[in-house]
Parts: sequence; C-alpha cells; structure tokens
Amino acid sequence: MQQNNMKHDAQPRLLRTLAKCSAFIVLASTASILVAANQDAPVNLAAMKGSIRIDGSSTVYPITEAVAEEFSKVAPKVNVTVGISGTGGGFKRFCAGETAISDASRPITPSEVALAATNKIEFIEIPIAYDALSIVVNPKNDWMKSVSVAQLKQIYSTGGPKTWKEIDPTWPDRAMKIYSPGTDSGTFDYFKEAIVGKEGKVRSDISVSEDDNVLVLGVSGDQDAIGFFGLAYFEENKDKLRSVPVIGASGSPVAAQTSTVNDGTYPLSRPLFIYVNSKSASKPEVVAFIEFYLNKADALIGEVGYVILPADILAKSNANWKARRLGTQFVKDDKKVDGSFSTIYK
Amino acid sequence: MKTGRTIPQAKRILSNRLMWAACLGATTIAVLVLSALLITIAIEGTGALSWSFLTSFASRKPAQAGIIAPLMGSIWVCAICAIVAIPVGIGTAIYLEEYARRSRIKSLIQLNISNLSGVPSIVYGILALVAFVRFFGIRSADDAWTFGNAESIFYLQIPFGPSVIAGGLTLALVVLPIMIISSQEALRSVPQSLRQAALALGSTQWQVVWHVTLPAALPTIMTGAILSMSRAIGEAAPLLVIGGFLLVFQTPANLMSDFTVLPLQIYNWAGRPQSDFHKIAAAAIIVQLVVLLAFNTIAIIIRQKLQRPLQS
Repeated sequence: MQQNNMKHDAQPRLLRTLAKCSAFIVLASTASILVAANQDAPVNLAAMKGSIRIDGSSTVYPITEAVAEEFSKVAPKVNVTVGISGTGGGFKRFCAGETAISDASRPITPSEVALAATNKIEFIEIPIAYDALSIVVNPKNDWMKSVSVAQLKQIYSTGGPKTWKEIDPTWPDRAMKIYSPGTDSGTFDYFKEAIVGKEGKVRSDISVSEDDNVLVLGVSGDQDAIGFFGLAYFEENKDKLRSVPVIGASGSPVAAQTSTVNDGTYPLSRPLFIYVNSKSASKPEVVAFIEFYLNKADALIGEVGYVILPADILAKSNANWKARRLGTQFVKDDKKVDGSFSTIYK
Repeated sequence: MKTGRTIPQAKRILSNRLMWAACLGATTIAVLVLSALLITIAIEGTGALSWSFLTSFASRKPAQAGIIAPLMGSIWVCAICAIVAIPVGIGTAIYLEEYARRSRIKSLIQLNISNLSGVPSIVYGILALVAFVRFFGIRSADDAWTFGNAESIFYLQIPFGPSVIAGGLTLALVVLPIMIISSQEALRSVPQSLRQAALALGSTQWQVVWHVTLPAALPTIMTGAILSMSRAIGEAAPLLVIGGFLLVFQTPANLMSDFTVLPLQIYNWAGRPQSDFHKIAAAAIIVQLVVLLAFNTIAIIIRQKLQRPLQS
C-alpha cells in the first residue's frame, strides 16, 4: 500500500488506475487503506459506534448509498441513515442541525447560508463528482443531429415554439412534446439556470414528472418528444432513447460522455457536493465516513453512472476536508459568486 | 302501495334481473382490477423473493438488496400507531356517543373529525414534523434532553427527531379520524334497548359501556381498526415529510431509532432506471401485503375472541 504514504493529491490517479484494472482488490483493501491513512490515530472501524444522519439530493443519493453500503460492511455498528428530501429539503434539515451530512446537487445558496448562521451551524463543503444532463429525443427523431444552448433556451422558455419547424426550417412541421423533471428537483434548478437563465421563465405547457421513469416512457413512446435528465439515467436507457450532442461556447456539437464532462467541453454538466456539519466533523465515526467517502468515491462514482472530478479539483476537495475549511466558495458577502465551478474551485 | 297502481309482474322481474346484473358487474370490475394488480405483482415479484431478501439490508445491487430495515421499520411504526390510535379512537368515540350531551361544542368536534378524515395525509406530516420531531423548536436536535442509555430499549430523547415513535405518532394522527368515525358508527348500531335495560337494572354509565355497549360494538370497531391499519401501513408521504430515511442499516432497537418503511422503499426502487429494481419493488409489495394480512389476522382473532352474540 505504498500510495498511502504519498501526498494526497497523487492518490486519485493511482487509485483510479487500480480501480480500472481490478476493482475487487480496491474493495478488499479498503479497510486497510483506511487504517493506514489514519496511522497517526488508529481507528478500529469494526468496533466503532455511533450514528450518521444524511439527507438531501436524490441525484447524489446513489453515490452516498453506495458509499454507505460499503462503509456499513467495514463498520457495521455505525448506524448510517440516508434520506432523499431533495437538495433544498436536505439543506433545511442540515441548517437546523438535524443531519450531519447533506447531499446537494447544487451549491448552497446565500439564504441557506444565512439560515445556517442563525442556527449557529458551520459546515465544510466537499465537491465529490460531476453529473451531466443529457438532452434526449426519440430514436426515430432523425432531424435533430445537435442542439445549441440558444435553441434549448428557445424550446424551454415561456412562449417557445410549438412545432419543430419554428426552431429550424429544415425540421418537420409537427408539434413538439416537451418533457422536464419536476420543479422541486436540483436537476430542474440547474437546467433552468444554465439554459433559460435567472431572469427567464420555463414555459408551463410542458409535461413535468418527479419520476424520471415517466420521462423515459414519454420520450421513448413519442417521435416528437424531447426531454432532459441526468446522464446516469440515459446510460441505463440507451436502447430506448437517443442523446443529442449540445453546441456550447466552443461552437461545435459535444456529446454527453465522461471524457467531455471531465475536460469541461460539455456545456451541461454540474458538480455534486456533500456538506458536513463541523460539529459532527469532530466525531470519529463521521471522520471515518468522510475519509472513506473520499477514498472510495473514485471506484464507486463510475459504478453508479457519474463522472469523477478532475484531479486538481479533487485535490482541492480533499484539502478542504483535511483543513476542515469552513463555509462555501459559492457565497461571498451574502451574494452568490458568479462564474463556472471549475474557475471557482481552482 | 296505493290502490290501483300495481307494477306489472313482468316489469318487476325484469328490473330485479337488471339490478342483479348491475351489482354483479360492479363486483366483477372490482375483483378483476384487484386480481390483475395482484397477478402482475406476483409474476414480477415472486422470483426475487427469498430468505436473504427478507433478512438483508438495502444495496445498490438489486441481487443483494433486502428489506429487513423497512420491514422491521413498518412493523414498529404500525405497532406504535395501533397502540396509540385504537384506544384513543375508541375512547373518543365512547365519549362522543355515550357521554357527551347534544351541544354546539359536540357538533363542532364532530364536524372537525369528519373534515379531518378527508385531509391529505401529507398535512399531518407537516404537523407531526413541528410537534413530534421538533417539539415546536424548544430544543435543538444536537442538544436534546436524553433519558437513559442509547443502547437500552427504554432510551428516550426530547425532541423525538425522525424516530420510530415520531413516525408511529404521525400515522396515529392520520388514522385517528377514521378510527373515531368507525367506532362511533359501531356504538350507534348497538340497540338503545340494551342500554336502557342495563340502566334499568341500576348500572352506572360506565358499567353500561364496559359490559354492554362496547362488547356489542367491538366486532364492528375491530373492522374499523383493520381499515385504519391498512391505511397506516401504506402511507409514505407523511413519513417522508417528518424526515423518514430511505437507507438504514440497522433495525429499530428502541423508540428513538431511525427507521424506514416499506412504502418508502418500494417508491424508491420503483423509481429507479434498472428493471431489476422494479422486480424487487414488486417483491417488497408482496411482503407488505403479507404484513398487512398479519396485522389484520390479529385484529380478526381479537374480534372472534371477544365476540358475544347479542341474544343469549
């Protein structure tokens, strides 16, 4: 286990290669990695007790679920519970001190930071992965080879086009069926802000469902349907849907896949976070869990269909935790910090 | 029937047959829909049912996933709900039917109970979040009053937090109106002459209730209890609001334990993209139906034991 003695930022790449060639070895050796990583304060995970309450985004849930499942195998006496109240609902509980960790599919907002402050809750922000939104159409749709961000904005804004032809004259003169995830989801929040913009309004004459399966069914059953949801969901339904490459700032169409999300060329990707209550971060079981999370994330994130963060951001993420750096990078002087995630987290 | 206006024999027989056909049709529709539902669930779910499915915790891999945590969670929560809602419901019904005099306040209470039975369960969830989970914010969660050892079965914490007791009390709120109304109906159906006879023999009001009215009404009350418990075990929304978790790796050990319930687990599995999860969701539905049947069997056994014929 020589990598344990290296600097932390060198670990991810090594681990990733390891995970690729033999995920099993990584799984089996996790316990020893953890024990070795905490050599200065040896912990006996098997005997560790306590409870860790986690709530928040249903998008982050699969990652946290996987980590919690693996963690409960090595530390069976620690009671880890995970809820899915949504990013906003999770923050409400987190900022009231009811949960130790909050899963979030968007950064914490200024009003949530203020709420935490009034309840004297301090927290540590840790980015963990990328999620990408896929724009999906029916496989029979042979006209939409790619779509620009401007066209997407046109389609989803109030007073948008009714037929395909209104967007591009070469497209068929048939009514569009537009689908979207529920307005309570972080996915919708992100899409609205990235595509329609803060000032704009998403049109109301679209089919909305909290259940992504309904969206899959809707789009796969209608030639003239268009919708969007997380890349992981598309990957599971590749045979029923077609993902449309998106034209962003670069001017050329980019397909949604791990490599394009990772190098930042795919325009519709977003970071996922966990927030840790600083009071909980002094408890040994929470420390063990977060260390486990950061160590295991590489192997598990790919498995559940998300994209691993680039090495430099991951290093920053690890450093945030190691230094127990309080607060968020996204709110300054009660205002939201503008700019892309990768520039804020450099 | 007034003189002269007799309906012809043939017409009467025809309408008799028509009504018989209509009622049979209504029954058939209900049975068909129910059996279609049960058959599809059975086809999809039986393959996933196994001993290890019943005894393992949840997993991101459908083949290894089990339902011990939501199963035990549902049993705990429903048991607490029954212990609270059934006595309180029957007590309220007895007061309203046997003791309370006709007054404005009584009709106001009556009106409110009827209205509450139609309130969406999620509203009770919001009330329970404030009342049981947070205790109106008198104390924050990370600095709660604690009584006893965290590992003992008598461990108690105030505020309750999203624990099994908060869940059970929430469901008790949801089913109380149904419980009260059905118990009232049961008491009302006991013939007045029985009460009068008992009172004439010099019984006190309570003796009448305990020895005459309640035993006579109990079978119907237990039917109401069955309906209430069936409602309680299927509820997911109010438990989601009070902060019930989804992924839990321990079965409840005391009233303060975190929990999850079967409907939450089914909802989550059914919403996943992989079809293997839909199969284990169907298997979980079968387990839920069995648990419900078990609860109802207990109620039916109690009913049989307590039933006494009116004439003897």
